[in-house]
Amino acid sequence: MWSFFHKLGSPPWLYAISGSILRWLLPITLLALFVGAAWGLLFTAPDFRQGNSYRIIYIHVPTSVVSLAAYYIMAIAGAISLIWRMKMADVAMRATAPIGAALTFTALLTGGIWGEPTWGTWWVWDGRTTSMLVLLFLYLGVVALYEAYDNKEAASKACAVLSLVGTVNIPIIYKSVDWWYSLHQPASIKFTGESAIDSSMLYPLLLMICAFYALFTCCLLMNMRAEILQRESRTGWVRKLVASKGDS
Amino acid sequence: MNAPGTAGFFLRLLRRQLVLALRRPIEIINPLLFFAIVMALFPLGLGPAPDTLAAFAPGVLWIIALLACLLTSESVFRGDFEDGSLEQLLLSPQPLYFSALTYSTAHWLTTGLLLALVSPVFALMLNLPASAIPALAASLFLGTGILSLIGCIGAALTVGLKRGGMLISLLVLPLYVPVLIFGSAAVRGAVEGIPVAPYLAILGAMLSLGIALAPLAVAAGLRISLDA
Repeated sequence: MWSFFHKLGSPPWLYAISGSILRWLLPITLLALFVGAAWGLLFTAPDFRQGNSYRIIYIHVPTSVVSLAAYYIMAIAGAISLIWRMKMADVAMRATAPIGAALTFTALLTGGIWGEPTWGTWWVWDGRTTSMLVLLFLYLGVVALYEAYDNKEAASKACAVLSLVGTVNIPIIYKSVDWWYSLHQPASIKFTGESAIDSSMLYPLLLMICAFYALFTCCLLMNMRAEILQRESRTGWVRKLVASKGDS
Repeated sequence: MNAPGTAGFFLRLLRRQLVLALRRPIEIINPLLFFAIVMALFPLGLGPAPDTLAAFAPGVLWIIALLACLLTSESVFRGDFEDGSLEQLLLSPQPLYFSALTYSTAHWLTTGLLLALVSPVFALMLNLPASAIPALAASLFLGTGILSLIGCIGAALTVGLKRGGMLISLLVLPLYVPVLIFGSAAVRGAVEGIPVAPYLAILGAMLSLGIALAPLAVAAGLRISLDA
């Protein structure tokens, strides 16, 4: 187990293994996205009250779920890099921030588009929308702080501290719907007890959530690979890699 | 001269910060002037009708206090970073956790506490009902402590950067949000006659959490900034 942990800290090993993971994960992700989107958008019955407008759930819920999970991943990677000084955790944290920001933005945008026909407004200042907006600012803060430092190693550490401080916000987001209940409904999918959503709509939704998790993983790995190449551009193995690519 | 013990060291550090602040009184008066001037903008922008002002007063007063804390927190470590005394502090054998806590305490004493003390005057000018004034002062008293601690985190992370000014607002304001929600809710609750104690209890809980955790982040931030 420990040798695996040590290998994780080695850039060439991580570059190679992420390449072979991507080779099969990327096609599966695209297939799952395609099947899930087609199933949800074309082959499920319209909602009896919201008609066809509810179908944006297949984008809105997965992006919201993954944007929150991505913050945890970023903070945990930050903690690992601060505690064990693992360079690759730095890279993972740095790579997560822009993806998380994009997912949060998409969740807010689709939420607004969904809210217009169903609630009659693009935006409400209730707990959940407000805290998602704050989550977006936290992501953007991490990106901006990283860009502000010239010394990228210090930048990663500073971002790790900031993302750990920001984790205080995540439980507030999770609980906000119970605390400041207004227009946004509480979560419909429950792991224990019966879900408040029909199974014909639930299965494509679950498929889309899995597909978005996979999509996030693919984006994260691709981002990390680019970052690794950039950071290690002066080392022998990268030169060798570039030379071998050049020959073939 | 004997070397001071740990408690003595932090008392001296606190006294040093306060003496430094008192030597330049304009730095202490500036946040209060800022508070007064921004407060004077609202009747001009919203119209001078007493009812409108009273309805907006809890949020307005809290937001101005928050901005005053934000603007002053940027310079908490600036001077000591530039003249090298921050580096000496990091090299000293005293725990950095308490030094960080001392810096935020000094910042709170020179901004937040004063804002809480003068806020009743501004509350009267904005026509806030007299029954809500104790709640305003109490919520500012507790809340600005949290704001100082969070502001010090932002200041520690950006002290080594040339253009820290805009960046610190992006880092710190999202973290200020819960404090603003509960602080202004306490004042609004007092206006409507709802018990204020639960809100103050939540602010107190956040302050305790902040005292326990924020100095760790400040210390880590200072180490990173001085290494860079």
